[in-house]
Amino acid sequence: MEQTHFHHALKVMPELCTACSHCMRSCPTEAIRIRNGKANITGNKCIDCGECFRVCPSNAIYVEQDDFNAIFNYKYRVAIVPVVLTAQLSLLYSMDEIFSAFTNIGFTHIYEVENSAHILRQFQQEYIAQNKEFKPLISCFCPAVVRMIQVKFPSLTPHLITLKQPLDYAAMYCRKRLEDAGISEKEAGIFYITPCAAKIAAVKSPVGEEKSAVTGVINMDLLYNRIRRNITNNPGAKQNDIIPFERPSKIGYTWPLTKGEAKNINGRTVAIDGLKNALDFLEKIENEETSGFDFIEIRACDESCAGGILSSTNRFMVVEELEKEANAAKNEPKNIDQYIGFLHANKDIQAVEPRSIMQLDNDTTKALEKVQKIQKLMCFLPGFDCGVCGAPSCNALAEDIVQGHAHISHCLFMQRVMEQKHKLNPDHAYHIIEQIWGEKRLEKNCNKKGAKQ
Amino acid sequence: MTAMQLKFHIEGGNFTKAGFASSEVKKYLRKINISNETIKRIVIAMYEAEVNVVAHAYEGEILVNIDSKKVDISVIDKGPGIEDIELAMKEGFSTASQKVREMGFGAGMGLSNIKRNANEFIIKSQPGEGTSLNIIVYLNNVN
Repeated sequence: MEQTHFHHALKVMPELCTACSHCMRSCPTEAIRIRNGKANITGNKCIDCGECFRVCPSNAIYVEQDDFNAIFNYKYRVAIVPVVLTAQLSLLYSMDEIFSAFTNIGFTHIYEVENSAHILRQFQQEYIAQNKEFKPLISCFCPAVVRMIQVKFPSLTPHLITLKQPLDYAAMYCRKRLEDAGISEKEAGIFYITPCAAKIAAVKSPVGEEKSAVTGVINMDLLYNRIRRNITNNPGAKQNDIIPFERPSKIGYTWPLTKGEAKNINGRTVAIDGLKNALDFLEKIENEETSGFDFIEIRACDESCAGGILSSTNRFMVVEELEKEANAAKNEPKNIDQYIGFLHANKDIQAVEPRSIMQLDNDTTKALEKVQKIQKLMCFLPGFDCGVCGAPSCNALAEDIVQGHAHISHCLFMQRVMEQKHKLNPDHAYHIIEQIWGEKRLEKNCNKKGAKQ
Repeated sequence: MTAMQLKFHIEGGNFTKAGFASSEVKKYLRKINISNETIKRIVIAMYEAEVNVVAHAYEGEILVNIDSKKVDISVIDKGPGIEDIELAMKEGFSTASQKVREMGFGAGMGLSNIKRNANEFIIKSQPGEGTSLNIIVYLNNVN
């Protein structure tokens, strides 16, 4: 059965939203509409990519996270940290200082996500060799990409590699280590520090997985700022026997960067970053316009996780720092290696199911009638996607009209035509615009960027 | 019966745009709840036909008629036509130039691939004038 409810981490704060429509225009799945002067995200169309968060000039879009103080409900408080965070901090501080700060803010253990990357590489290699009939195999690394494939390229879901990702192995390993030391699930909280909204959604409603080993999720920007306020130097803070601290392999440091997976997989591979690039390439794969690839790595953000929406440092600086660390890395993390058998036994996720959001109706005949109505409407709509109707494009408005969510008079051009034919009076037209953009939106208001203060 | 039409003009020699028409048709098929397997067959057949026009003809037109039972695609081109249709239908037969093959086209799988993905397939050609294809795919395995 198709899953109908999805957790989304991206939310709109109505009190801050000024209905500037930047988010609506940037959304790759046309999931946002403006109504009553606020942006509304349609849940089943959202893929949690965070493009809206990135472009919002009013900080009205936020990434919902768990309360930081929830970590204190546990005696053992493990931070699962992506190297894109440690790299941001190691540009400024020594590892001892970073460690002290993590302890100062309340964590008892730190474990880096990418300590598991070289292990996943092995699993991935093995998976690719066993699943040649599903070539090209597509990585499940980026949850926004997985969700985009589910909604926009449903026929490609069998190509997705059904393996857990570095975060899952790191969390499972820490959980297991604690268990082996006799520490119960109730006593230990494992908190993932996320660089993006998609990873939160993936932890809260995992695709193809029953339950995540992660207890809670904390936003990377919040943690970055707390760490910077709490930097001290207590040598020895990183001594810990239950989950020994260790640093990633060469492969691990660059795993969350573009080509991080692709360059480590044998065969013909390609690495893509950026959602627009991903859409173009997946279109070619789906139409079989291109073939012969063994493995495809796709990440939603430019420069992959270094460009995550919750990163606080310029992405290229993070990339440079991680490449430097990778070059200096000598060893593979030995402690997690002892648990390869355990991780291997728990590596699989279920097949990823398509999510059909594009059909206009379950009944093909009715859907065809709707397509025809849309085509007729498109003869009247202006076709330059101004967005004044509160929908991101003329086509989106036409679909909304056919689905009963909007009216043709929402289009400013159509209003002029209707007024000229005496089918719409100016007061009503004014009211329509207020319904979309909010009351008093047409009045003078200097409270916006660039206006006279 | 409710039906919709789509029409595309194909420019001979413009490989840059090859695939546009099939992608457009795919978008519409998704909207009307057709199974992924059927969409795939239609798109692959149509893409092959589109590339054939680009690779061999001067220009062509694709007419797509979709109703709730079937997708009916007519591809009519002005071009050199095909001397021996039976030979052209054989897998691996290709008249494509080396240049075209280097671009990843012209492996000689085109026409047979179209036939394999279609439920009904008719090909007619007048050497020196052009070729016309009629490709029909049934939509019976709707979700």
